[in-house]
Amino acid sequence: MLKWTAPTFIVGAVLLGLVPLVWFAASHGGLQDLRFDAIVLRVLLFTLKQALLSTLISVVIGLLAARALARRRFYGKSLLLSLFAVPFALPAIVAVLGVTGVYGNQGWLGGIFNIYGLTGIVLVHVFFNVPLATRMFHETLTGIAPENFRLAAQLSFSDRELFRHVEWPVLKNTLPAIFSLIFLLCAASFVVVLTLGGPSATTLEVAIYHALRIDFDVGRALALSILQIILCLILVMSSGQLFLQSPSQIPPQLTGQRFDGGAVLARALDGAAIFLATAIVLPPIAAILFAGVTHLKIDGTLIAAVGFSLMIGIGAALLALCLAWCLAQMKLALSQSLALAALIVPPAVLATGWFLALKSFDFGLPTIILTVIALNGLMALPFAVAVLRARFDLMGRSFDRLCSQLGIAGWNRFWRIDMPFMLPALRQAGLLTFVMSLGDLTAVTLLGSQGLVTLPALIHQQMGNYRSSEAAGTALLLAFTCYGLAVLAQRIGKRDDQN
Amino acid sequence: MKKYLICLAALLPFSAAAAAKETLTIYTYESFTSEWGPGAKIKAAFEKTCDCDVAWVALGDGVAVLNRLKLEGKDTKADVVLGLDTNITDEARATGLFGKHGVDGSRAKVPGGWTDEEFLPFDYGHFAVVYDSEKMPVPPKSLDELVNGDPTQKIILEDPRSSTPGLGFLLWMKSVYGDKADAAWKKLAPRILTTAPGWSEAYGLFTKGEAPMVFSYVTSPAYHVVAENVTKYKAAEFSEGHYLQVEVAGLIEASPEHALAQKFLDFMLSADFQNEIPTTNWMMPAGEISVALPPAFNDLVKPAKTLLYTPAEVNANRRAWIDEWQKAVSE
Repeated sequence: MLKWTAPTFIVGAVLLGLVPLVWFAASHGGLQDLRFDAIVLRVLLFTLKQALLSTLISVVIGLLAARALARRRFYGKSLLLSLFAVPFALPAIVAVLGVTGVYGNQGWLGGIFNIYGLTGIVLVHVFFNVPLATRMFHETLTGIAPENFRLAAQLSFSDRELFRHVEWPVLKNTLPAIFSLIFLLCAASFVVVLTLGGPSATTLEVAIYHALRIDFDVGRALALSILQIILCLILVMSSGQLFLQSPSQIPPQLTGQRFDGGAVLARALDGAAIFLATAIVLPPIAAILFAGVTHLKIDGTLIAAVGFSLMIGIGAALLALCLAWCLAQMKLALSQSLALAALIVPPAVLATGWFLALKSFDFGLPTIILTVIALNGLMALPFAVAVLRARFDLMGRSFDRLCSQLGIAGWNRFWRIDMPFMLPALRQAGLLTFVMSLGDLTAVTLLGSQGLVTLPALIHQQMGNYRSSEAAGTALLLAFTCYGLAVLAQRIGKRDDQN
Repeated sequence: MKKYLICLAALLPFSAAAAAKETLTIYTYESFTSEWGPGAKIKAAFEKTCDCDVAWVALGDGVAVLNRLKLEGKDTKADVVLGLDTNITDEARATGLFGKHGVDGSRAKVPGGWTDEEFLPFDYGHFAVVYDSEKMPVPPKSLDELVNGDPTQKIILEDPRSSTPGLGFLLWMKSVYGDKADAAWKKLAPRILTTAPGWSEAYGLFTKGEAPMVFSYVTSPAYHVVAENVTKYKAAEFSEGHYLQVEVAGLIEASPEHALAQKFLDFMLSADFQNEIPTTNWMMPAGEISVALPPAFNDLVKPAKTLLYTPAEVNANRRAWIDEWQKAVSE
């Protein structure tokens, strides 16, 4: 019974968004107005091209960097991993300005790339997603039981054999999920694509936004959304085909020592991967810090914004974790699609539908906060599912057998067996969803803020009022908040390991 | 007994209304009520005159405000809607929600005068190409010079689909070039560094120094002088004239606070409201002000000629013109 709560909630949330909109469209002109013309086709092709390119680069670099980080110990490694939590909290425009500060016409390394066009779009997407991929793959790899590495060392596996027999079986469970997540993020990317690509570089999401906002052509927006939903489902289902569940039989207890990667070539490769990922992530963050450091003014507004951001972040993360806990244990490909609901159905469509459904309620501050939490929680859900799923797969069936032999079930099993085992993944997923929930402004711009000003909203307000240098200060504080949380999560992790 | 209870229940709302203050709900755009916007001071000033409460409902921008009205229809909670511009007033009128403002339109000081009986202006601004005079000592003197000028000197524009200034530039091009607008767009295309989704993104890139020109307002340089003491940003005066944006407000006909709403619109053209506009909304006041404008406003470009399509013309052609623009610039 309990396990159907999450699917019911998600299906309910999506229906609550779509049904009122269909109703509205039907009573205001209908659904027929989809011009599937040359422009839509070009939009589709461009969406696929930039998203595929961004995703491939992010996943390859992220995978290599994660593997290198998982098997090397060096000074500053945890600092680096914490910094990698920063990019995906940044509002798109802050990331664009950070990348511009490095590679733009006036940037430190200006002239290397022409960032206005496909190169710039891919560059910003890679800046967002390399650290995301790295952290998610790293989480997967550090979950492998140390016995495996000891055994591999005793059998004197080469690095390639170790990868094939130990790392790959685990990675291939998360790879399709991470690939499709990053692909969806890039395909739905909006501000980045428009700011750097201009009108010729339009994506499907832009077309939906345009239809919904500028023309207020709800029928067209719905038709485009359906097109996007179908495309995404094809993608998710086909990557789901690659899913071959092979839970490892030995649950890990400790993060153990690794014995591989001693060869000079392996060292060089790892060094290069870590260097590359760092070179992608650090300079734009440095540019953001540099731009903001002299403009950070702590005042009441800023403190209130930090408070609201923490509230939204914690709320959305808790929601995403609860839903993900259920979904990650379901063995259906369906659960994978359900988790992606809020990435596949454009958030603007969801929020508009919710508003229509709930419009007789008073949209005061508490309602707005709950709506924003629900929307952000749903948007961050697939990331939480991907992280938790990898860990659940590791737990495997051995626990099930053991528990049924010992007659441990229900609350006892949850609290004494599942919870301690899942804690590292929960922590990682919690941080990830928390940080991701900070950046979205869809619900607020559609429903009205009523004084709900989060850090990203403050940045937008400041930039909209000529105060771009103060916005740089706020962006710095946002980056620092995320970094601080990542450090905190790692500290808690260490304490757990020692226990 | 039951009867008495019903009578009592029927009386309750009246007694409650007599005890509580009236509340005027005003829909507006986000930056109007932000910390730097005029919202808070205007609320305080109006509440002094009316013994009522003003409740702002802030949505993303003018278009978001209009969309909210379309979604709510007759159930809207708004009494007053503030922050639409003349490019969307015709669409707003078509919702059938707005009533006559009942204020003498001649009190509104906007270029070209004012006759609209449903919408009343609260500020206006001419669009302009703003440039960095340190990087570009000689700015273009006309739209034609901008279109045909050196393509290595770039300009940052906004997308007319998602941004009010973006639509303003599109209309400016259309009013100068007419049927030849698509050829002019093609000629201009190599000069466009990028077309940002909104003014914030475009202006952010501009102040980062990515391009020497950006599309903004005549009043933009005043901000840099007043708030930052920076004088290098200037607006270029174009010989064909400048396209105008007029921001307006209107009242909801079916609102229970109709009289109060009318009072607010009357107040809107008074000095207590208008004094706040120049240095918080960075636009020109549309009514009398009782304090002098900061000196920086005297140095601003004063367009000799104003370009403006009527709301009906914009409403009828916007989609076709945007399609034309999209085809011209994406080749």
